Amino acid sequence: MTVQASEAPLSRYVRPASTEEALDLLATGNWRILAGGTDFFPAQGNRPIRDDILDINGLEELVDLHHRDDHLFIGARATWSQILRAELPPAFDALKLAAREVGSVQIQNRGTIAGNLCNASPAADGVPPLLALDAEVELASLAGRRILPLDAFLLGSRQTARQPGELLTGLRIPTTSTTGVSHFLKLGARSYLIISIAMVAVRVAVGQDGRIEEVAVAVGACSAVAQRLRRLETALIGRRVGDDALAAVADWPFDELTPIDDVRATAGYRRKAAAELVRRALRQAHEQMVRDPSLEGRVAA
Amino acid sequence: MNADRLSLSFELNGRPVTTESAPAIRLSALLRDQLGATGTKVGCDAGDCGACTVLIDGEAACACLVPAAEADGTAIRTVEGLSNGTLSALQASFLRHGAAQCGICTPGFLVAASALLEENPQPDEQAVKDALGGVLCRCTGYRKIIDAVMDANAAVALPGPGHNSGIVGASPLRLDGEPKVRGTELFGADECPEAALGVVAIRSPYWHARFAFGDLAHFLKNTPGLVAVYTARDLPGENRFGVIPPFADQPALAVETARFRGEAVAILVGEPAALADLELGEFPISWEPLPHALTMEEATADGFPAIHSERVGNVLTGGTVRRGDAEAALAASAAIATGSFETAYVEHAYIEPEAGYAFMDGDTLVIKACTQAPIMDRDDTATILGLPPEKVRVIPTATGGGFGSKLDLSVQPLIGLAALKTGRPARMVYTRAESMASTTKRHPASMTATIGADAEGHVTGMVFDGDFNTGAYASWGPTVATRVPVHASGPYFTPNYRASARAIHTNGPVSGAFRGFGVPQAAYMQETLYDELADRLGIDRLEFRLKNALRNGQPTVCGHVMEEGIGISACLEELQPHWTRALADADRHNRADSVVRRGIGIASCWYGCGNTGIPNPSTMKLGITADGRLVLHQGAVDIGQGSNTVIPQICAEALGMPLETFEFVGGDTALTPDAGKTSGSRQTYISGKAAEKSGRALRETILRHANVSDAAAISLEAGALVVREGEAVRRIALADMPSDENGFVFSAMESYDPPTRPLDENGQGQPYAVYGWGAQLVELEVDTGLGTVKLLRITAAHDVGRAINPMLAEGQIEGGIAQGIGMALMEEYVPGRTENLHDYLIPTIGDVPEIRSILVEVPDPEGPFGAKGLGEHVLIPTGPAILNAIRHATGATITRLPATPDRVLAAIDKTRLSG
Repeated sequence: MTVQASEAPLSRYVRPASTEEALDLLATGNWRILAGGTDFFPAQGNRPIRDDILDINGLEELVDLHHRDDHLFIGARATWSQILRAELPPAFDALKLAAREVGSVQIQNRGTIAGNLCNASPAADGVPPLLALDAEVELASLAGRRILPLDAFLLGSRQTARQPGELLTGLRIPTTSTTGVSHFLKLGARSYLIISIAMVAVRVAVGQDGRIEEVAVAVGACSAVAQRLRRLETALIGRRVGDDALAAVADWPFDELTPIDDVRATAGYRRKAAAELVRRALRQAHEQMVRDPSLEGRVAA
Repeated sequence: MNADRLSLSFELNGRPVTTESAPAIRLSALLRDQLGATGTKVGCDAGDCGACTVLIDGEAACACLVPAAEADGTAIRTVEGLSNGTLSALQASFLRHGAAQCGICTPGFLVAASALLEENPQPDEQAVKDALGGVLCRCTGYRKIIDAVMDANAAVALPGPGHNSGIVGASPLRLDGEPKVRGTELFGADECPEAALGVVAIRSPYWHARFAFGDLAHFLKNTPGLVAVYTARDLPGENRFGVIPPFADQPALAVETARFRGEAVAILVGEPAALADLELGEFPISWEPLPHALTMEEATADGFPAIHSERVGNVLTGGTVRRGDAEAALAASAAIATGSFETAYVEHAYIEPEAGYAFMDGDTLVIKACTQAPIMDRDDTATILGLPPEKVRVIPTATGGGFGSKLDLSVQPLIGLAALKTGRPARMVYTRAESMASTTKRHPASMTATIGADAEGHVTGMVFDGDFNTGAYASWGPTVATRVPVHASGPYFTPNYRASARAIHTNGPVSGAFRGFGVPQAAYMQETLYDELADRLGIDRLEFRLKNALRNGQPTVCGHVMEEGIGISACLEELQPHWTRALADADRHNRADSVVRRGIGIASCWYGCGNTGIPNPSTMKLGITADGRLVLHQGAVDIGQGSNTVIPQICAEALGMPLETFEFVGGDTALTPDAGKTSGSRQTYISGKAAEKSGRALRETILRHANVSDAAAISLEAGALVVREGEAVRRIALADMPSDENGFVFSAMESYDPPTRPLDENGQGQPYAVYGWGAQLVELEVDTGLGTVKLLRITAAHDVGRAINPMLAEGQIEGGIAQGIGMALMEEYVPGRTENLHDYLIPTIGDVPEIRSILVEVPDPEGPFGAKGLGEHVLIPTGPAILNAIRHATGATITRLPATPDRVLAAIDKTRLSG
């Protein structure tokens, strides 16, 4: 169906029932995509809507999470509350902790994980844990589908690689990246409904010898786009979780971060806080491993 | 089907609804404007406040973030659907616990909590916080909301009939509580008369700019649905208002020059749908930006032009209090502490943006809007519109929080102008951004002080200098400049004293009244220096305060000697055992943990009730009608604090008739005598005293008529007044008696004006007749790795003289503490940058710790039944006690608010370097 979005004559509103229909429409013009609405309306404020709106809330095939061959597929309409309710391995704990921190319950019930990515805020809560899971995004258009690693999709503050004719249909989490334990820490100036000053997600897996075999450290709100600290990760490989790993972080300069001064904090503070959060998240991951019976005592307290 | 509208079918509170709507309007607008379900409130239109929370298929959502189209096929539940005739257990629990104050956020809390209780009927505190973290409240401090939700399914019934015979000292349920928990209370934006026009303001996007209009006639002609464009030229009266007449300087619509960003320069009046579709950027106006100053430093720099030509150097006014020889006393002191302190702009952030409507009733302009000061609104609006005051009638709607800002005009002259000129009802609802940009703030302060003490720890003298950024217009700047020097000593005997405060104009937002009029800012300066001084002298910080606490018979810094009623030492003594225990707890904790450090802090307050050394009367009227009703004309505006309950309680006690017998006429300027503004913590004391006098006067009239003694009991029974004394019963048939123009057979109207004495050129006099006193103890933890502060507990002892209604008094304490926490730790309004409730942070339900309230009752000889004011006092000690606790925990001294994590960590790092 197509109707006018408001009293203004120039704006259209469509709510396609299938992805194919949505892609046909996307090919025809410049549409503003509406999903959970939790970023759409705040951005709109009280100005009249002049854009053509493509409401994807009729696309039932984009709602679910399901396992495909080599990855978990998270449909673009999956909400944060769905993530919280889903049965997922410990590697997703960081994502679930982030899900709890997205706005409020009201926001988590409506806001979508894909919308969080498309909105591309430097402080998007979902991005660090998804980076730690090596998430990829699936973009569909009439020309076909393409898969982009998340860090290639997010180009900058409020900038993504999505082309006008494309719809982000979902996220893919490679099964190989769902090992280990994970943790997420968000720092803000109040308890709920808070835009972070800094946040950190870590995912750590150990080998038979109890040494770090795989590690992901992602930091958000400290650069235009949240990022993985690849050099730090390299330095952590082969170390024992706990003091050995923390020793590698102790003097790490964190110079890959490019924080800014804003109303929430100074740049200098952000850098310090991010470093402290990385240390604490690694410590938490260590404690989880000590408690994890499946690791059969490979990780000492 | 209409091409631009969708047909929607859904279930609303169990009933099927079919309606047509534009698809992408907000569900909140659909519910309120089209379906009349105004229980769902709009506070921000951005998902930041949760006031519009509804359940969609059982899940909580902000209705402002949901497109109307998504309602199709769903089941929606709003506050109107929570009660099934009788109140739900949750609603009853809210009433029982006093969890609703102004009531604007209450529907959002009730709906969000009902979703939680469906899943978890006996939630613990953490579960309640997690479920309600997305709903903001600015009045209650959340503690009673937490209690109400945790207790919702306890088998406790509401008190039955007769419970509201509650008199002074009891806590009857608040008399205006039920509509608040039902969602039926009507706030400024909840009524829209038939065929009302909308009003939208064009506001300055510049801090300081000259402007010129383009072709307004052409714009009007070519904008469908637009009915009129009005500018300052269209205002029939004197285009100048202000809460303090000698300083009145603010135009309702700016003339040629806008002095701050957000100042209104014109209004558009038109059909609401047309206005909603208007791009305000197309309005024909050209701007020429002028040099501007946002800080006091810039505004007072040599060569910066005066923002108001007659106010040289941009100094609006100043105030000074001098007593003894402060400089000499400091020079002779055994120890001194000296420092400076800076505070930020603080936004009131009530959840209800300003709103109301106006219409013509014959030749009388009627204004229904949210307000704290109906008579001041009437008089200023009449002046601006060139009407005699009696031709303007102001009827306050329920007010969704005020805290000082709704004392000043907002929508009133604009909707008044539109209704007066067009003859049609005219309605205006501020957006959140508009409310934040255009209404008043707490004054940012820049202060220095030095305090000295002798070797035994007696304060010898103090000097204080403070500049307060009053923004572009005067508003309450003169009051701040007057009140600060009078209070900057704190509630301590300070024999030698010199304190000066100035209100400085900038092109920032107008600073006005905000809970405490500058006194909270000054308390940070004084109370943090007291800690330094006590440490320097090696005296326990509480003991130091007790040693210096003002006693009966000692003069204040204004030379006011009170022989009784001073309650500060009683408050400090109440805290002593908690202090000793908390100190031991902190020491024990800190021996085991070097990263998370525990600290405790204390601070006191005093605050004079009512205007400073000038008249401040209140009048109450009541009577008994020929048809046997007892009616109180109660004009003190209840903005959530509870005057609708407390003042009748006082009156009932004085009259000797039960509270539930009373009917009320509210603060309608056409019906009700002037009770003055809701400000200065004056309603319980001053209006309460007027209510006491009126109640007693009516009692005496009746007793005299019945020719019985004061031991007689009065009651109303089946249209007759019955007076009993011992065995004797006298029945007065009211219907047969002559009545006055109010329908009263017996009536009384009494006024009360506090006995004050004006301040002389040294600030000496008797500025207030009654003061309130208090002290608070804060326990907290500082994470020294991140600079974050976690509050553990606040113990608050406040001398209220007599607690007329203990539950409402606790509600004031908890709410004031929450605002104090916000000011201390997170609130900073950055002009032009934080005009929303996600960049401007106020405390959420997770930020207010356990609060233990101790109501101290040192009777005041002047107050009704000994009562003193409380509303503003309660936030004064909180922040200073927090900073003192941070210093105790870490050694870090914070001298700039708010103490955000980055500033706390920087202060800690500084002590590490110097240590």
